[in-house]
This record gives sequence, C-alpha cells and structure tokens, in this order.
Amino acid sequence: MFSNLDLQKLVFGRLTLEAIPYHEPIVLITFLGVAAGGLAVLGAVTYFRLWGYLWREWLTSVDHKKIGIMYVILALVMLLRGFADALMMRAQQAMAFGANEGFLPPHHYDQIFTAHGVIMIFFVAMPLVTGLMNFVVPLQIGARDVAFPFLNNFSFWMTVSGALTVMVSLFVGEFARTGWLAYPPLSGPAGSPGVGVDYYIWALQIAGIGTLLSGINLIATIVKMRAPGMSMMKMPVFTWTALCTNILIVAAFPILTAVLALLSLDRYVGTHFFSNDLGGNPMMYVNLIWIWGHPEVYILILPAFGVFSEIVSTFSSKRLFGYASMVYATVVITILSYLVWLHHFFTMGSGASVNSFFGITTMIISIPTGAKIFNWLFTMYKGRIRFEVPMLWTLGFMVTFTVGGMTGVLLAVPPADFVLHNSLFLIAHFHNVIIGGVLFGMLAGITYWFPKAFGYKLDPFWGKTSFWFWLTGFWFAFMPLYVLGLMGVTRRLNHFDDPSLQIWFVIAAFGAVLVLLGILSFIMTLVVSFVKREELRDVTGDPWGGRTLEWSTSSPPPDYNFAFTPMVHDGDAWWDMKRRGYSRPLHGFKPIHMPRNTGTGVILGMISIVFAFAMIWYIWWLAAATFVAMLAVTIVHTFNYNRDFYIPVDAVMGAENKRTKMLAGHV
Amino acid sequence: MSLRPLGLSPLGFLRGFALIPLAGLLSGCNLVVMQPAGDIAARQRDLILVSTGLMLLIIIPVIALTLLFAWRYRQSNTDAPYDPDWHHSTQLEVVIWAAPLVIIIALGALTWISTHTLDPYRPLSRIDSSRPLSPDVKPLTVEVVALDWKWLFFYPEEGIATVNELAAPVDRPITFKITSSSIMNSFYIPALAGQIYAMPGMETKLHAVINKAGVYEGFSANYSGSGFSRMNFKFHGLDNDAFAAWVAKAKAQGKPLSRQDYLTLEKPSEQEPVRYFSAVDDGLYRSILNMCAVPGKMCMSEMMHIDAMGGGGKESHANRERLEYDNRHAVAGDEAEAATAPASGRAARSDEKPEGVKSGPTGSSETPDPHHGHSMPDMKHDGPAPVQLNQ
Repeated sequence: MFSNLDLQKLVFGRLTLEAIPYHEPIVLITFLGVAAGGLAVLGAVTYFRLWGYLWREWLTSVDHKKIGIMYVILALVMLLRGFADALMMRAQQAMAFGANEGFLPPHHYDQIFTAHGVIMIFFVAMPLVTGLMNFVVPLQIGARDVAFPFLNNFSFWMTVSGALTVMVSLFVGEFARTGWLAYPPLSGPAGSPGVGVDYYIWALQIAGIGTLLSGINLIATIVKMRAPGMSMMKMPVFTWTALCTNILIVAAFPILTAVLALLSLDRYVGTHFFSNDLGGNPMMYVNLIWIWGHPEVYILILPAFGVFSEIVSTFSSKRLFGYASMVYATVVITILSYLVWLHHFFTMGSGASVNSFFGITTMIISIPTGAKIFNWLFTMYKGRIRFEVPMLWTLGFMVTFTVGGMTGVLLAVPPADFVLHNSLFLIAHFHNVIIGGVLFGMLAGITYWFPKAFGYKLDPFWGKTSFWFWLTGFWFAFMPLYVLGLMGVTRRLNHFDDPSLQIWFVIAAFGAVLVLLGILSFIMTLVVSFVKREELRDVTGDPWGGRTLEWSTSSPPPDYNFAFTPMVHDGDAWWDMKRRGYSRPLHGFKPIHMPRNTGTGVILGMISIVFAFAMIWYIWWLAAATFVAMLAVTIVHTFNYNRDFYIPVDAVMGAENKRTKMLAGHV
Repeated sequence: MSLRPLGLSPLGFLRGFALIPLAGLLSGCNLVVMQPAGDIAARQRDLILVSTGLMLLIIIPVIALTLLFAWRYRQSNTDAPYDPDWHHSTQLEVVIWAAPLVIIIALGALTWISTHTLDPYRPLSRIDSSRPLSPDVKPLTVEVVALDWKWLFFYPEEGIATVNELAAPVDRPITFKITSSSIMNSFYIPALAGQIYAMPGMETKLHAVINKAGVYEGFSANYSGSGFSRMNFKFHGLDNDAFAAWVAKAKAQGKPLSRQDYLTLEKPSEQEPVRYFSAVDDGLYRSILNMCAVPGKMCMSEMMHIDAMGGGGKESHANRERLEYDNRHAVAGDEAEAATAPASGRAARSDEKPEGVKSGPTGSSETPDPHHGHSMPDMKHDGPAPVQLNQ
C-alpha cells in the first residue's frame, strides 16, 4: 500500500499550481478584479475598525431581521456574478457566427452557462426568498424571532459557504461543464473526470443543508409562534405562501440531497447508480432531480405571489379580494407541484398516457394560478391605486408573468413540447416566469420592506428608473429568444452557422445591456437613498399605510420586534387595529427574553468550505480533519449554556420612549 | 359549428387568433417550427397555434383588465368608486375559477388526444392532411446512433451507413430507432418532427414523414459536452429516384464499416465531415444499442436475459469487467484541456480512471464462455434474450 507513496499527492491531493487558471486572461482579470475589490472591502473594514462591530452585530447575530438582510446582501452580490455570466453568454452568442468563434471556447463557455444557472437559482433566487421570509414572517405574525434562532444563523452561513465554494471554483480549478442540473452520464466520473462536478455537488450539498434547516425553522415559527388570535385563516397571505414554500422545501430538498449523494458515490467510490455500466441508469437521475426541481420552481414563485398580494392590497388601499380563494390556490399549487415533474422530459420516450397525465396535471396548476391573478385584479378594482415603486413592479409582473404562464402551459402539451423542448423558446419561458415572477417579486418586496428594515424609504426616482430598465430589458432580451426557439435554435450552443439568426441575438444582447442598466440603477437607488436617508426617513413605522403587523412597530424594529405581543382580531391585523383607534401602550413594560448571539454558525460554515475544498481536491487528511472539527465544534456548542438573556425593562422603556418622541415629533 | 359555412372551424379560428401577433413581426424570418415540411411537425405546429389561441382567450382580457383597472382606479382619479372593504363576491369567485377551468378542460382534452395521435412511437396513419397512408407502403427504417459529437445513421434495408448526413424519400414514412453510444443527446430535425432523446443502452423510436423535397437542419437538442455546438447534420428530403441515386452514391463512394472502424469512429471528435459506408458489419447497430460493440463486453440483452432467468448469483461478480462500458470511451487530448486536467495528471476524458474510483477486478482477459459461471439449472443457454426496453 505504501510502495508508491507520493508525498505531493498525499498532502495536496489532485491540487497543483496548474489548477490556478493564470493562463486564461478572462479568468485572471476577473480574479484580479474580485481580489482588488475584496481587499478594498477588507481594508476598509480594518481601517474603520469595523471587525468587532461586524462580528458582534452581524456575523454572529441570531436576530432574524439581520439574518434576513444578510441573505439579501448575499443574493445581490451573487446576482452580479450570475449576471456577469449572462452578459458573457449573450456576447458570445451575438458574435459567434460562421468563421467567428467568439471569445469563449467551449470548455469555458460550458462552465459559464452551468454557473449562471446554478448561481441564479441557488445563490440569488433562493437567498432572496429565504431572506425576505426570514425578515418578514416573524414580524407579520407578531413574534420576536424565529423558533430556532441559532439554527437560523447556521442555515445562513451554510448558504454562504455553498456560494463561496462556487466562487472558489472560478479561481482554483474549474466549475462543472454539464448544465445546471448535471445530468449523468455526462456528469459521471467517465464524462466529467475533473473537479467541476465535484464543486457543483459540494456547493449544493452544503447550501442545501442550510435551506432545509431554514425551512424547518420557518415552518415551526409559523405553526407555533403566531400572535394570539391569529388563526390560520387570519394569517397574512405572505405568511401563508411562506408556510407552503417551506413545506415544499422540507419535502423536496432531501430528494436533491439524496440524488447528489448517489452521484457522489458514483464519482467517489465507484458505485453505478447513474452510470451506463453495470446496470446503472442515468434516467433515474433525471427523474429524481426533477422530483426536487419542479417543486423548487414553486418554492421560488409562491413567496413572490405572497409579496404581490401584500403590495396590491396595500397600494390599492383596499382589502385583498378573495383571501380564502388565495389561500386555497396556494395550497393546491403546493400539492400539485409534486405531480408534474415528468413534463421536464416528455422527450425521454414515456408512453403517451404517462406524458398526457403529466401534461394535464401541469395545466391544472394554471387554474389556481389564474385565480390568483384574477384576485389581484379584483383587489385593484374599486381601489385607490398609488403607483409607488413596489406597485409598479407588481403591474410589470402581472403583464409579464401572464405571458410566461401561457408559454408554460403551451410547453405542457407533450407534442408541442417535442418541438420546443430544450429550445431557446424554453429558455425564454422560464426566464419569463423567473425574472417576471420571482425576481420582480423580490425586488418589489425589497422596495416595500426596505423602510421597515432600515428606517428610510428607497429613492423613488432611481427605483422607477431601475424598474423601467428591468422591464424593457427583459422584453428585449427574451422575446427574441422566443422567436429563435420557433426558428429551431436549441439551447447551450456556443456557435452558429446560419447568419439570419444573428440579428435576434444582437437584440437579446441589447436587452441584456438594458437589464445591466436596471441593476446599476438599483445599486444607485441604494446609494442615493443612503445619502438622502434623512429626507426619506420613515418615523411612523408605517410608511405605506400598511395592513399587517410588521407596520405596527417602529422602522427599523427594536431587537425584540414588539414590546407587547399584539392581539389579533381580524385578517389585516394592523389595518383593523388602526381602524379601531389603537393606542400604543406606554407603560407596564417587562424584561424581554431574547436569544444570545453565537459564533458557532460562522465557524461551522467556514470549516465546511475547507471540508468541501478538501473533498473536491481529494485532500483526504484535510477532509478528515475538518470533518472531525465540525463535529467537535457542534459538540462543544451543545455545552454552551449561555444562550439567552433578558433585555432589561430600562432598555425596553428607553427604546419605546424614543419611539413615542419620534411619533410625536412627526405629528 | 356555425362558423363552418364561413370556412372557419372553431379550431381554425383559434389558430388564426394566435397568428395575429406573430404574423406582422415575423414574416421575414425562417420560423422552421411554424413552417415545417413534414406532416408530424405540421400537426405539432397546429397544436401550438390552437393551444395558444385557447389560452389567449383568457390572457388577453387579463392583461387588458390589468392595465384598465390600474389606470381607472389610480389615486388621482377621484371619480372612480372606492370601496376599501369590498373583498368578496361569490359570483366573481365562481367565474374566476371556472373560466380557467373551462379552458383547461378543453386544452386537457386536446392534450390527451394529440399526445396519443402524435406519440412518436405510433406508426403513421397518413402521409399528410389529405392523403391517408396505404397499408402496403413499407416505411424506411433508419437506425440512429448519437456519438461524441456526430451522428451515425444505419440504413438496414439498403445496407449502408452514413455520418452526419441523412436522407429519406419524400412522402414515405420513416421509422427511426434511436440510441446513443455513451452520453444522452436528443435527435431533432425541426422541419420533420419533434425530438426524442438518444440514450445509451436504450432505444427510442420516432415515426415521421417528409412531404417536401429539400435540405433541412438536424442536430442534437440536448447538451452533451464540448463538441455539442457542432453536432449537426443535413437531412435531405429526396424524391424516390434521387433517393435511389443517393443510396447508390453511398455504396459507390463509401468503404465498408467494420466493427473496428466503428470503434475508431466512436472516439470523440468534432466537426466530422459527411462520410458514407457501403456496407455494415452484421448486427453492428444491435451491439451498439446493447453496449457491446467492444469485443468481450457483455450485451445488455444478455444481462437482461440472465436477470430474467433469475440472476447470476455470486458468480456474476466475474462479469463485472464485461459490464463496464464507459471507461473505454475516452481518448486523451480530444478536447481542450481543462484547468484541472494537468492538475489531476490526467487529461479530461482520458481512459485513466479518476482517483477514488475503484477499478474492476483485473481478471484474465481471455474471452470467457458467455455463460461461464452463472448458469442456472433451467437456463436455456441459447434462448432468445428478452426484448429490449422500449421495444
């Protein structure tokens, strides 16, 4: 066994200096950019002596509001990476015609489209959704935190570790070249022997743990921690959608974990679940991953539906039309989302009856979804609509998403899918629902709840600029893809021969540039609003004329959210309280029991990155060491009994009196 | 039905309805999916138009109402009624749920019927909308193999094979049998018919007919690795004489395709030129399908036969090496080296196994007796193997 002992392999596994792609100018420049930016941030933090503040107030925080905000920051940073990938793809496809090969060779281009999909779904859309739920749900149900505050912090850091693992792949080694779902046999040990798929597997496994745990956490929070009087049918719609989404997460993510674990076994220990060899069957993987993958789509869109429900009702100054039917629609979608996965591969050759079954179940989902759209429509009816930025996103969504929904139902007709499957029509469809639905929803939600989180509104001028760039950019970027799909152009190509296609790719690239301006305007919104924060200050805690409990407390809310747990009598609890002349209690405060911050989550997250890195590069000693370290940290954490504290009455009174003064100054 | 005298069936009306937004914008470009040359693709196109039309019946009012309500109930319009507590109407709820339901019932029925009539496994019953298929027409059989990254077509009746070029006579049904050598692809000729996956060790089928002579694009519609973008071919729709001439040309210009030639051809390569083979080794397609083109490998059909007979028991361990197909695949340096390739000391797709993957037992390499060591008491050694999947 020790006869051919190779010291370098023993210490570094398959990692050598060659793994650092210094010979690829694009990657090198990106690396220098990221490194310079990163050093600037770290330098600034050090210069302003913020490390202690960051560690105490943010990194170790178990406050659901801060964790929610950190999720959104993670998502926005990763959006820049994912969008940079998108721009490169659009540029490549716009130029690679005939003799022109473009600027990305296949082995680079293929990593880019894989990374784009993985990042946008797992590290942009998911953190946005989780972040918003984390921030809003406890406030909406009148709770002081989530059910398991430490678990929440740990979940967040696992998500960060997954994202960082993907980022490491940019500079050490490579990312998967398989497409975002890594179908075997291409992703198996014979098809992809390099480290790319291993990066993919470990990034998703680590982030998946975070997602699953945060799902459990939010279910427990919603089920057990609602304010007295808030029965299920009096919950805000966003909380309902959050509940359904988290149920989907808890039921679906273990499937992803299991299927990736099986793929890892194929890659690491030579099993044959999904190989061509020894009776393995790659098509099992395709089935399993979509049994997770389709519910995932609804995991993303349901909270967006919830956001729109809150916004439509608030900005129409009117009760949501058809609350009960909205709730039933959400529940029906939750259940049906498990019965449609096969529509992602009608072309595998299942029989006509199987295909039509899954096609029809897919179409049935459009009934509750349609009902939801009608409900928003009739909420606007006889309302007084204020076109603030969140409402603009909502209207943009209602128009855009309906089109995406229609093309989705079209793709659910199996014979139509045979000609449109894997085409750019499909790409246009799912960007139509994910950008027009999820992303618009999340940006609407960020704009809507921003004053709650930071105490000042976002600047409406730049907000509107961002909205219009995003909206027009989306239409310019993806309508050409619908056309190209009908011209028979398939996805993931990095070169074309037919020059008549080029004009459409150029239009799409122009759309991508508009979206870029939308993203830059959004960043401008954040900057300008910060500068003008005194002007945009929200002193009331209820800047939009809100209807749900989060608007009953100050902006930003105190650490404990509510000095007294509110009593709920009606669906729109805060609207109801305002109408009945609610007066804020000014005395009788008690000490408030709160969870204490802990660094365990950050530490575990960082160790898990090293563990993933060691597994990816076959550095077995390091993998074993970090695995033991994770166990040790976890066990040590169980002996930490210093987990809670009481906010003394004086502090509560201080905070509440300050708010009283602020409210008085406002009136 | 009252629309019929006007020459418009309800479905025709829907088709027209869906075409309106498309027509002006796109008259200039070649929407092959919308203007195909084969009957199956044409019916799939019709289905797209009818379904889109059906859905537009809901979608257009919804979008119009969204914009209308947003405008009418804007805050500055104080003339519009305002009713902050109006949040329920049973009649409206019924409409809200029933309207999409009705559309989906119609679309669901259409889906059920069309999925069965346009099932790619279903033999054709007509040549085009006006010509039924006479029962004595024998379809042309083409066996398709997706290789890294080119297409190999066998014509078992003509005895020829081609690479990256496909031809078929106009108006004669074609039966495709499709498989792949190792990576999943999707066989797609948009002008002819919808696509279907090409999967290793499995056979899918597609029935189609081309109605107009011409040269059409065919390609893989499922990403399969670095050579994927160039994995395309030309499909020639030819009249009967031209097809006969094409076959004769392949016979005259080509060399025979032996099993050994196939193993060379199968190695990953990109932008392969069109090639013809005048003759093909017996049973080559079947052995590719059964993943036993490499001498000594166990055919899937044999494995299934063993399993159907109750399995090989402990001794089947001896078969392990014969059941490993994929590690033969790779050829060093066939694609651009990834950053990891030098690092791992192994070019991507080299035939060296990645570390951590156990290699099979290195038993004797002499060709073993196919049934050695796993005989069952009642097993018929020369009986037919069970039928393939999907057959």
